[in-house]
Amino acid sequence: MDDLPLIQIKGIRDGLLVTLGQAPWPDLLAALAHQVETQPAFFQGARLALDVGSCALRVAELSALRDQLSERGITLWAVLSESSLTEATAQNLGLATRLSKPKPPQVQEVSEAIPAEAAKWVRGPLRSGAKITHEGPVVVLGDVNPGAEIVAGGSVIVWGRLRGVVHAGAGGDEKAVVCALELSPTQLRIAGEIAISPRKQGKNQPEVARLVDGRLVAEPWQA
Amino acid sequence: MAAKVVTISSGKGGVGKTTSVANIAVALAARGQRVACVDGDIGLRNLDVVMGLENRIVYDLVDVIEGRCRLRQAMIRDKRLPELYLIPAAQTRDKTAVSPSDMVRLCDELRPEVDWILIDSPAGIERGFKNAIAAADRVLVVTNPDVSAVRDADRVVGILDAEEKGPALLVINRVNTDMVKRGDMLSVDDILDLLAIDLIGIVPEDENVIVASNKGQPLTLDTKNRAGQAFQNIARRLMGEQVAFLELETPGLWQRLLGRKPR
Ligand SMILES: Nc1ncnc2c1ncn2[C@@H]1O[C@H](COP(=O)(O)OP(=O)(O)OP(=O)(O)O)[C@@H](O)[C@H]1O
Ligand SMILES: [Mg+2]
Repeated sequence: MDDLPLIQIKGIRDGLLVTLGQAPWPDLLAALAHQVETQPAFFQGARLALDVGSCALRVAELSALRDQLSERGITLWAVLSESSLTEATAQNLGLATRLSKPKPPQVQEVSEAIPAEAAKWVRGPLRSGAKITHEGPVVVLGDVNPGAEIVAGGSVIVWGRLRGVVHAGAGGDEKAVVCALELSPTQLRIAGEIAISPRKQGKNQPEVARLVDGRLVAEPWQA
Repeated sequence: MAAKVVTISSGKGGVGKTTSVANIAVALAARGQRVACVDGDIGLRNLDVVMGLENRIVYDLVDVIEGRCRLRQAMIRDKRLPELYLIPAAQTRDKTAVSPSDMVRLCDELRPEVDWILIDSPAGIERGFKNAIAAADRVLVVTNPDVSAVRDADRVVGILDAEEKGPALLVINRVNTDMVKRGDMLSVDDILDLLAIDLIGIVPEDENVIVASNKGQPLTLDTKNRAGQAFQNIARRLMGEQVAFLELETPGLWQRLLGRKPR
C-alpha cells in the first residue's frame, strides 16, 4: 500500500533497532504490533531500541507501548528521538536515549577521574521505589523519602531531608561524602562502610557524613 | 456536563478504598449528584457487597467491555438514592480481561450519563491499578496512619506523577486519636510531611464502619456518625466547597496551639 515502509528493523549489537517512519502515532503502533504478531519467534525475548524520529511522546503513550511489548516478551530499553519531549519522557521512564550506553554503574570507577560537571541533578521528592544510580556525584533538590535509594560513584548532596537509603562512593571512593539538610537516612554507606541511622535524631540541622579513619561520622554541614 | 472520573487507590491493601468509594458515592448522591461507581477490582469484587447491591448483579464490567450487554444494562441502580449506580466487577475473570484503553472507552461512554465516576482500584501497582487510573481525572490515595501503608502510598504517589495522573489527593483513614496522642501512630502532620500532597479527608477509626459495610448500608447516610461526616466532607471538598477539617480530624492542631513540634 505505502511506498515507504512505516517500520524498518535491523539487528544491532544491543538487540534490535526499530526505526519508525512518518505517520500518526496510532498507525505506527499498529504497524509495529502487526510486525510483532506476524513474526513472534523473531521478536520473542528481544531487546528493542526504538527510533521514533520527531514524534513527540508523553509518558502515558510510551509506558503503554513498553507494557504492550513486555507482555509479548520484548524489552524496550532505548528510545531515540529528535523531540526533546520524547527524550525527557524516555528518561523519566528510565529508558536510554542513545545507543552507546554508558558503562553500567556497577563498574568500579575512580571518581577523581570524573569532572564535577558529570554530577547528576535530580528534582525531588524521590519517593518510595525510586532508584537513582550514577557513576559520579548526585545532587537532589528535594526530599529523599524512605524506600527511595541513591547509589552514586561520587558524593551525594540532598537539598532536603534524606530519609531513604544512600550509598556514596559506591565504586570504592572513600573521599565521597553525603550531605543533607536533614540527615536521617534509613541506611548510609560510603565506599565499603555501612551505618544504620538511629530512628530519630531530632537534629534538624544540615549535616555531612564522611569516612574518618575508616569510620562513618556525621557532623554539622559548614561550607 | 461531562462527569469527572475519580479513582481511589492505595498501594497497600485493606486500608479502606472500597469503604471510601461506597461512602463518598453515597455522600455525593445524597447531595443531588449523579454518581456511577465502577468496581475495578476484577476477580476480587466487593464494592457490591459494601453497597448492598450484590444480589442484583446480572451483568458486569467485563460483559460491557466484551460487548455482551449495553452499558445501561450493567448499571445497577441503588435502592436508596435515585441517581447512584454501580457497575460491578466480574468475579470469575481476572484483571487481564480489561485493558487501560477499555477503561478509557467505558468511562467516555459513561461520562455524559452522570456527574461523577468513582473507580475502586485494586491494591498494588500492577495491571489492575493501571487499568483503574487510566481514565482518571483525579486520583485519591487512601492510607492508614501506619508506616508501611504510608510507604506504599508514597510509591503510588510517585507512579501517579510519572504517569501524569498527579498530583494525588490524600485520604487518611482509620485515624485513632487516642493512639496518635500516645505517639503509637503516625500523626496527620507526620504523614503530610512525608507525602507532601494535598489532604482531602481524615476519617476516624470507627467500628460502625465495619458494621455498616457488613449490612451493605454505607454509614454516610447517618449524619451523626463522625466517620460518616468525614466522608461527607470529602464529597463536599470534591465538589469544590471549602470545608474546614473537623477538630477531631486534626490531632496536630493541639500541638500547634501549644507551640510544640508535632513529632
Ligand atoms: N474508618 C474505619 N474504621 C473502622 N474500620 C474500617 C474503616 N475503614 C475501613 N474499615 C474496615 O477495614 C476493612 C478493609 O476495608 P476495605 O475493604 O474498604 O479496604 P480496601 O482498601 O478496599 O481493601 P482491598 O485492598 O482488599 O480492596 C473492612 O473490614 C472495613 O470495614
Ligand atoms: Mg477493596
